[in-house]
Amino acid sequence: MWNYVKLILLGGIALFAAIGANLARDPAYMVNALTVMLVAGGMFLWTLRRIDEPVLPVNGNEYMDGVIRAGVVATVIWGVVGFLVGVIIAFQLAFPALNFSDLARGYLNFGKLRPLHTSAVIFAFGGNALIATSFYVVQRTSAARLWGGNAAWFVFWGYNLFIVLAATGYILGATQSKEYAEPEWYVDWWLTVVWLTYLAVFLGTIIKRREPHIYVANWFYLAFIVTIAMLHVVNNLSVPVSIWGSKSVQVFSGVQDAMVQWWYGHNAVGFFLTAGFLGMMYYFIPKQAERPVYSYKLSIIHFWALIFLYIWAGPHHLHYTALPEWAATLGMVFSIMLWMPSWGGMINGLMTLSGAWDKLRTDPIIRMMVVAVGFYGMATFEGPMMSIKSVNSLSHYTDWTIGHVHSGALGWNGMITFGALYYLTPRLWGRERLYSLSLVSWHFWLATIGIVLYASSMWVSGIMEGLMWREVDQNGYLVNAFADTVAAKFAMNVVRGLGGVLFLAGGVIMAFNLWATVARQPRAVSTSIAVPAE
Amino acid sequence: METYSFLRTLADSWVLLVLTLVFVGVVIFAFRPGSRSVQKDAAESIFRNETRPAEDDNKDDR
Repeated sequence: MWNYVKLILLGGIALFAAIGANLARDPAYMVNALTVMLVAGGMFLWTLRRIDEPVLPVNGNEYMDGVIRAGVVATVIWGVVGFLVGVIIAFQLAFPALNFSDLARGYLNFGKLRPLHTSAVIFAFGGNALIATSFYVVQRTSAARLWGGNAAWFVFWGYNLFIVLAATGYILGATQSKEYAEPEWYVDWWLTVVWLTYLAVFLGTIIKRREPHIYVANWFYLAFIVTIAMLHVVNNLSVPVSIWGSKSVQVFSGVQDAMVQWWYGHNAVGFFLTAGFLGMMYYFIPKQAERPVYSYKLSIIHFWALIFLYIWAGPHHLHYTALPEWAATLGMVFSIMLWMPSWGGMINGLMTLSGAWDKLRTDPIIRMMVVAVGFYGMATFEGPMMSIKSVNSLSHYTDWTIGHVHSGALGWNGMITFGALYYLTPRLWGRERLYSLSLVSWHFWLATIGIVLYASSMWVSGIMEGLMWREVDQNGYLVNAFADTVAAKFAMNVVRGLGGVLFLAGGVIMAFNLWATVARQPRAVSTSIAVPAE
Repeated sequence: METYSFLRTLADSWVLLVLTLVFVGVVIFAFRPGSRSVQKDAAESIFRNETRPAEDDNKDDR
């Protein structure tokens, strides 16, 4: 019966998308509609071919790991793609000829590729990593199979369809020009459906848990899922101009729109890139170190302090704008207070290793995780400092901000994800160990040196830029034109690009190492992990 | 009073107080007597059930 409902739904969607592609008012909408049509049509055929096949019974006494394996593969692929686009746009800034504006008619300009890069690394790489690890962690700590059967697969494929729709849309010009919320209205609606399903699967698994306590990592993951749902819906309140076109008009306007956007933007950092990844930290560091977390009390206080403070920090993106003074001050004060829970969490992660510090010498995976937590500490010190109005008047709009974001994103999010991937791959595919630990060391050093090059060049570049912009002569006239600062940044832009090349090289080595772990090693004989044929 | 001023005044007085008290309550709850063994059990839960879900019958077996 369910198969017939599915066929009707899929056929209807494919037909609607075909009509949409025919009536499309802009190329982005047409390409997105064709993508949806192909996906729905393909799934229609796939469902039709299997309609009378006997349904294999689900073994409820096993964890649902197939979707996590798919998530690990997607994370690695999107990671390498996202890093590659980042390297390309870094060199576009140093050498503008690389925009190939004549050849590509402007479609591959920095302005088009930049949101592609940010969405690829944050939402595609980071998002797939969060979904995969949250499914892994919630099953193990709840001692229960994922709730909702194939809903988890719907979350995985639906989320990756969202990324493909968004990415093709950016290149063809569908954007609502909100940073980190660029996708247009129909992509936003689709993500809302997928995200609520994700929430249902995660909550359903927690509700049917066999452990009395909800482990702290699940609290962080849950906060991440709930808050992103709220932020996404409010920041994307918009009215489509036509259902056959990608353009929409925001409901908020002016300073309200700016405030909502940075309430969203900063909490995307706070709950997507911080709370979600802290969930990873609280599971994978204790597991890899084989010791329970340093202080469970501290982890509870860390969680609630982070939740209470983060949501107010957004206005620090709008210092000295039309935003009321009190709102900017409130954002600044809460950003500074946020330093305390951040460092509480960092200490909790690092001290988990107390009594096992020797593992740092022998285990490159734990080294990666510890460096990730170190970068978390550095970025959460730098961030509050930059939110202070007088510092912000120098740092804002300069490369310093870019350097700050990347020491957090590459150092904290990247490294903790790499650690989790190295932890997960042998376990998920039932292999005894990774293919090569020395390749992990290579990845570690390439990535770390890459981040150091990136962050230091952006500090120099950003502070120089900020000082040049505010330099005035004795008559009060500005000394430097904007183009002068661009010319002065050339060397730093090249160093930044080289740092990106090192980081990308590390990512490629990881991709090879993980592939070889699965493909070049025999299945562990005595593994107790059953690999279901899902 | 216009909505803006009302909400602003409410936010930086009573709501701020309530949220602060809730947070203080969470901290006190974390340090309540007898929490140590519960928290120890929770912290060590990651080392159980590594490969398969818990069976129904050993639900209270721990």
